Parts: sequence; structure tokens; C-alpha cells
Amino acid sequence: MTAPFPTHKQEEWRYADLEALQPVWEQFAEPIVLTVGAGEKLEEVWLPVAEDVQLRRVRLSLGDGARARIFALNNAPVYGRIELEVSLAEGAEFEMFAANIGSGLSTNEIVTNVKHLGPGGRSRQTIRSVLNGKAVGSYLGKVEVARGAQQTDAEQSVKAMLLDRGATANCKPELEIFADDVKCAHGATVGELDAMQLFYAESRGLDPMSARALLLEGFVMDLWDSAKDGDAIRTAARDALRKVV
Amino acid sequence: MLKITNLHATVADKPILNGVSLHVPAGEVHAIMGPNGSGKSTLAYVLAGRPSYTVSEGGVSFDGRDLLAMDPHERAAAGMFLGFQYPVEIPGISYLQFLRESLNSQRRARGEAELSGGDFIKLAREQAKLLEMDAEMLKRPVNVGFSGGEKKRAEMVQMGILNPRFAVLDETDSGLDIDALRIVGEGINRIMRAPDKGVLLITHYERLLEHVSPDKVHVLQAGRITRSGDIELARELENTGYAEAAA
Repeated sequence: MTAPFPTHKQEEWRYADLEALQPVWEQFAEPIVLTVGAGEKLEEVWLPVAEDVQLRRVRLSLGDGARARIFALNNAPVYGRIELEVSLAEGAEFEMFAANIGSGLSTNEIVTNVKHLGPGGRSRQTIRSVLNGKAVGSYLGKVEVARGAQQTDAEQSVKAMLLDRGATANCKPELEIFADDVKCAHGATVGELDAMQLFYAESRGLDPMSARALLLEGFVMDLWDSAKDGDAIRTAARDALRKVV
Repeated sequence: MLKITNLHATVADKPILNGVSLHVPAGEVHAIMGPNGSGKSTLAYVLAGRPSYTVSEGGVSFDGRDLLAMDPHERAAAGMFLGFQYPVEIPGISYLQFLRESLNSQRRARGEAELSGGDFIKLAREQAKLLEMDAEMLKRPVNVGFSGGEKKRAEMVQMGILNPRFAVLDETDSGLDIDALRIVGEGINRIMRAPDKGVLLITHYERLLEHVSPDKVHVLQAGRITRSGDIELARELENTGYAEAAA
């Protein structure tokens, strides 16, 4: 049975482009389920595809001591949504490095729900958005720490770069903590390209467009530093950045 | 080579340069000294084309071309280099990438062939070595985590790699210890002392000038050149200070 179509009243769909989503909803409604067994490792790279509307719904379950690392680029021309629910058993480790790169009138969003179910789990989420025109880029990140999930260590780092005045970045970290010995941190910034960095690069011979492209590269590309197989996402991100400069 | 004529400039509507005239012929190194707030850094930024630094009167010709009509990257391609007083940090971009793209961008603009990756690395290593900087540092993001002295030395490595025709060096000596000062001084001589090159060296202290031996020394006060002379003038300033020099 198809899941009911979402509404903007649901917090996790608040910024979604539901109109764009409607015609393709049925093919995406059910999430993909990924399971990483105790002590095992998973590394995934999620690249954009050649569709106007792109939705990726994943439910990831990490067993005791399991480790998962997700690298994702969200760069849909109309509406892109990466939705990830993760559950971590004892000592599990989850890392996500993701970027929204959006231009024109596009909406790209990353929505995560990280559930620390067992003690000693660690989660790291690093999200960067680069937006031009009237593009919208959002990150909604919920971290739940269950009763008994002591020594949980969770971190969210979210930064957005707005290249035009009409662009919008939404960032909404949310913590639900039912254990008393945990470390949960989040930081978020929204900014523009730094005028002094641009001048410095131009004074060395880079034309204004190349200088902007280079600074944006510096803002985004270190997301993929720890990827074992990061060539494809590096290339895709570089191409996407050249288009938003 | 560089001819500044009656240059007036404002920053945020405040007049800072009030008629600077200065001629640096090819093959010469000129030093500019002056108290804080006299307009030294403004002059450097105006020559490099920093946005929001507005020229209200006067002009600058560089090899007969109107320097002020060019954008910052065009000035760089024409051979102008600014050594920043406060080198800027660029996270996420390695020095090697930054300089390779900069150099090749300049070369393209001049109609020269780009340097291959291998040739560039060789050049970068060579220049780092000459300035006694660990070449490994060039793999790090631009100026991030560099000490004040390391940043200044890295500016000189950049100058060595980009090999400009004219360098404006804005207090490149500040923040350097005595050994670093000698190395930087030797670097300036090695890279820039040539019959077809020129240097404008902005400094507070006479010490660097003992290494570089400028052909002329000028004093900038309240946005104007108030005195010009040879290195003896710098030595005199070191003893008397600017207040008496103006009298």
C-alpha cells in the first residue's frame, strides 16, 4: 500500500515542493531499507540523477559496533530530497557528509532522523548548502537519544552560502534526549562569499568567476575528503558548483 | 615603469591619499616609510585594485598602460603583485591548487601556455626551498593555521612562483624574526632585482632595507610624499622618528 501523500503541516515536509513531488510520489513512497550487521561497515555515495524531481528515502539500521558513512550530493533542477532515518545500536557509528547545491527556483533538502537506541553510539552530520537565484536549500536534522543510550556523542555542523539575495537556506536541528550522560552539539551558519578572499584570489590573477568558483570549492569539497571512492561525487559537485557561480 | 601622478583616493568617503606622486623606473627598488594611518596600505590596495577603494583624482601608469582602468586580475596578468600585510586565509583550497590556478590564469591571459601539473609542482618546490619553507606546507589550505611569519614567507613563495614584473610589498617584514627577515630580504633581491622589474617596499622599519638596499626612500605622511632620499633617510628616521622628519 502506498504511504499517504505528505502535507506541509508535517514538520519534516514543511519546506518541500509538494507540487513537484505529487506526480512521482507512488514510485518513491516506500523507503529503501539498508541493514549493517554487528561490527560491519558500509560506505555509500549518493549522486544526483538526471531527473527534475529526485527523492531518496532510506532507512538505515546499524547493529552493535556497526559503522556507516554516507556521502550525498543533492542537486535536483526542480526538487531534490534526501531523507534518511538511521538507528544506531550499541557502539554504532554513523557519519553523513552531504551538500545541497541549488540554482534557479529549485528546492533541495536533506532530512535526517538519527536515533541513538543503544549506548556509546557516535553520529556526525556535516551539511553544506550553496544556493543562487531563488533556490531553497534545507536541512532538517533530528537526533533522538533513547533512554539508556548513555555516552551518545552526536554532532551536526550545517553551513550555507547564499550567492544571491533571493536564495533561502533553512536549517533546523532538533534534539530529543532521554538519557542524561550524552554529548549532542550542533552549529549552523549562513553566509556570503567573503569580499577579502575574493580580492585576494583576484589579485593573484583569477578572474572574478574563477575566484568565486574556487572559494565555493573550498567551502564544499572537503566534505568528500574521507571518501574511499569519492571521484564521482567530487566531479559531480565540481560541475554543480560551476553552474551556480 | 610605475608612475603615480597626483593620486587622491578615498575609503568609505574618507580622503586617505591626498596627491601622491611617485616614479619607480624599471630596475629600481623604492621604499615607502611613514607613520600609522599615513596611507601606506591604502596606496598598496589602490595599486592592486581593491574594491571600495575609490580614486577621486590623479592616475597611475604601469608600463605606459592605465593601471587604474584594469581589474585586479588583469593587473596581476600585466605583472603587478601585492604582498599583503595580512595574507588572507582560504579554507578548503590547498596552496598548490590556489597558485597553480592563479599562475595558469595569468598565463592564459598573456597568451602563454599553461604549466603542467608536474612542472608546476617542481616550480613550487623550488621556490619554497629557496625561501626555506617546508614544501609540505603548500599542501595545506591557503594560510590556514600558518603563523604570522609563515604567512609572510608564503607571500614571498607566491611571488617567486608568479614571478611578477612589479611588486608592492605591504609590510612584508612585520611579524618576522631576524632570520626570517634575512631570508625574505634575500628572496626579494633574488626574485625582483632585475633590469626590467621594480619594487615598492612599504615598511615601518629600516632593518629590511639593510638587506634589500633600496634605490630611493620616500616618506608618506597624511597621504602625501613629504620627503625623498636614499637609505640614509631611512637610517635618520630610525633615530629621529617621523615627527622630526616632517619638520
